[in-house]
Amino acid sequence: MRSDPKSRTLAAFAALTLLALTAGPATAGEFERVGPVTDAATRKECGECHMAFQPGLLPAASWNRIMDGLQNHFGETASLPADTAAAIRSYLTQTAGSGDGRLIRITEQRWWLRKHDFDPSIWSRRAVAAKSNCEACHRTAAQGLFDDD
Amino acid sequence: MKTILLLAAAVAFGTGVALAASGDGERARILDGYAAQAKAPDFTGFSAERGQALYLGPHAGGTVADTPACASCHTRDPTATGRHYKTGRDILPMAVSANPKRFTDPAEVEKRFGRDCVNVLGRACTAREKGDFITFLSNR
Repeated sequence: MRSDPKSRTLAAFAALTLLALTAGPATAGEFERVGPVTDAATRKECGECHMAFQPGLLPAASWNRIMDGLQNHFGETASLPADTAAAIRSYLTQTAGSGDGRLIRITEQRWWLRKHDFDPSIWSRRAVAAKSNCEACHRTAAQGLFDDD
Repeated sequence: MKTILLLAAAVAFGTGVALAASGDGERARILDGYAAQAKAPDFTGFSAERGQALYLGPHAGGTVADTPACASCHTRDPTATGRHYKTGRDILPMAVSANPKRFTDPAEVEKRFGRDCVNVLGRACTAREKGDFITFLSNR
């Protein structure tokens, strides 16, 4: 297949965009976007109780801790069949971002705190419910687009 | 005669298709499975009333203090959309009349009982409780 310079440039641009989209929380801070959740099991199982958080929002060590602790998932039992859990763990860790691997809460990561430095009363609004409810303010968060709304 | 037989076959087939589409067949199989497990001298069938009592609670001993009943998240009206007590995420209605897909996937049903019985009751549910619960919500 022949490719003209224009389509090569386009391909390079697409590759860069892809890289930018998958590069993790550093990207989340600067461009306010992370790669969307592309794994069907992750989307379904994680998305039943909260927005299915994008793997780029936490480092692999944090995802491993979370998947190790599903019996007590932030105070709640969220256990999964072993094969489903293993598949989700592998997806999350392989597409993980960077950050503090000791912390399992996205909302305690430094970049997150920096971006959400405002009056804490907002978290108790009924429409917000919790800091983990990204979509209350970022309407397109489920697609990985965290624009300031 | 032939026509009648054909007609009967068509009706039977049509009913089968309708049952499959509504999920009633799958739900009946799940209930049969729990009935077989519950088979003890004192088991005489599932009860929608017991299922309702289980659903409404309140219960003590659950691992999540904020949810002493199924109704804590699913609301007292099972035909209504629920809301996760912490994240605020919508939960599709539990009542089969409002959500015909309820209790049609055995693995999904076991997963949810496995979690939420612990969260709400602090223990696993018995087969009879599971059957009572599904019976209650199938009639709503």
